[in-house]
Amino acid sequence: MKLLVVAGPPSAGKTALIKQIIRHFHHQLRIAFLKIDVVKAYEDEELQREFGIPTKKVYSGDLCPDHAGVMILGDAVEWAEKTGADLFIMESAGLCLRCSPYLTQGLGVVVLSSISGIHTPEKMGAMVSLADIAVVTKIDLVSQAEREVLIQKIRDLHPKILLMETNALQGTSLQRLYSVILESEEIRQADLMLKGNPPIGTCTICVGKKEVGWRHHFGVVKKLDGAIADYLYRGE
Amino acid sequence: MLHELTVLSGFDKTGKREEYESIVIHAGETISIVGPTGSGKTAFITDIELLAQGDTFTKRKILINGQPPGSGIRNNPALKPIAMITQNTKCFADLTVEEFLKIHARARGIYSSKIIDETIALANNFTGEKIHRDHRVTILSGGQTRSLLIADAILIGAAPVILLDEIENAGIFKQEVMEIIQDTGKIIIFVTHDPVIALHTQKRIIMENGAVKAVLVQNELEVFAAQRLSDLDRKIGAIREELRADRVITRELMNLKFA
Repeated sequence: MKLLVVAGPPSAGKTALIKQIIRHFHHQLRIAFLKIDVVKAYEDEELQREFGIPTKKVYSGDLCPDHAGVMILGDAVEWAEKTGADLFIMESAGLCLRCSPYLTQGLGVVVLSSISGIHTPEKMGAMVSLADIAVVTKIDLVSQAEREVLIQKIRDLHPKILLMETNALQGTSLQRLYSVILESEEIRQADLMLKGNPPIGTCTICVGKKEVGWRHHFGVVKKLDGAIADYLYRGE
Repeated sequence: MLHELTVLSGFDKTGKREEYESIVIHAGETISIVGPTGSGKTAFITDIELLAQGDTFTKRKILINGQPPGSGIRNNPALKPIAMITQNTKCFADLTVEEFLKIHARARGIYSSKIIDETIALANNFTGEKIHRDHRVTILSGGQTRSLLIADAILIGAAPVILLDEIENAGIFKQEVMEIIQDTGKIIIFVTHDPVIALHTQKRIIMENGAVKAVLVQNELEVFAAQRLSDLDRKIGAIREELRADRVITRELMNLKFA
C-alpha cells in the first residue's frame, strides 16, 4: 500500500486536490481515505458519496489533532490495509501549522494557496520544510510573477522540495504529481516513523486550566520574558 | 533556443474535438486571440503558460520545438520560456516593489541589481502614476500593478514567449507597450477585445465555445487599417490625457487633436 499524507492550512485546497487525485486514480487503484479534524469535517462523507471509496474520520476534540493523528495512525493503516487499498490518503486538520504530520515513508504533500501571503511558508516551518512535495493552489487568482515569487520563497526554505502549481478545482497540471504517487514505494507498517518531532503537548494548559500567566502553570511552560530560548519549549 | 511552439488540439466546452490538428507558432510571430467573453481565449494562453500536457480543462498539449517539454521546465521559473501577464490588477504579496522584483529576478535566475531600476523605469513608461521602489505592491493601483507586471514580464521574465491577457484594460499606455514588444524576435500573443491590437498582429486566432474556430493571417488591407486605427487611437489617447489633466474640450483643442 502506498501512503499519501496531505497537510496545509484550512481552505488551502487540500480536499480539492485530494478529489483530483482520487478522480485520476480511481479506476486504476483502490483508494482509502482518512480525515483528521477537531470539531467538524465533512470530507469523508463527500468523498464516500462521490467516489464510493472507503473513508473514515476522526475528531481529536481537546487533543492536538496532529498528536491525535500520530496516536491513531497505526490503527488507520491497518484499517486501510483491510479495505484492500493500494493507496491510503490521510488529510490532516491543518490548524496550528507547527506540526509536520509526515512520515519517513510514503509521500508528504503540503498544500499552499497562492493568496495565503508571501511569508506563510516561513511561518509554517516544519509543515513545509519536511514535506516531499509542495502544491501551490488557486494559481488562476494571481499573476505569474506573484506565483513565481511565492515558489521562490518556498524553494528558499526547502531547496529540494518538489514544487507544483495547480488550479485544484480544475485539476490543471497535476500529471507530475500523479506519476510521483505511482512511483512511490509501498509502506512497511512495522516501522512507520514521524519525520519530525511535534511540539510537546503536556502542560497545565493542555490539561484544561484556563488561568492566564505563567504563575498559574507548571510543566514545560516558561515566562514570556527571560525565557531561556526564543521558544517556550523546544523538542529534541 | 525556442524557435517554435506547437499547440495540439483539445476539446471545446461540449467535449467536441477541436477542428485542427496543430497550430505552429514561430519565433518572431505576433498573434492575437479574439472572440466573445467566455469563448476560451484566456484558457488558450493559460494552456501555453502551463505547458499543458493533456492535463488542463481543454486537454490541449503544448510542444516546444516539436517536443514535449521536460517535467522540470513546467515548474521551475528559471527554466520556463514563457512570461505571462494575466488580467490580475492586484498583488497579495506583502512586499515592497523592490523586494518583489528582487525575489522574482532570483526565481528567474537573474542576479544583476540593475534589473530592478530598469524594470521600475520601464513600468513608469506605461503608467501616468509613478511607481516607487519603496511602495508596497499591495497598495499599487490596478494600472500601476499591470504596468509593473508587464515591465517585469519583459525584463525579468525575459522569456522567448510573452503572453498578454487584455493589456488594454486598467488605464495603461497601450501604445507604449505595443511599441516595445514589436520586432523582438519573440513570440508575442495578445488576448484582446481591442481592434487596434488585433489588427496589428500577424495572425489572429478566433475562439468560439472554448475551441479555436479559425486562424487568419493579416492581409495587406489590414496592415493599412491597423495604421489608421492606431492614429485614431492615439487621438483618443490624447483626449483622454487632456480630460485626466482637468482640461475642457475647446474648439482649438478639437482642431489640434482631431486634425
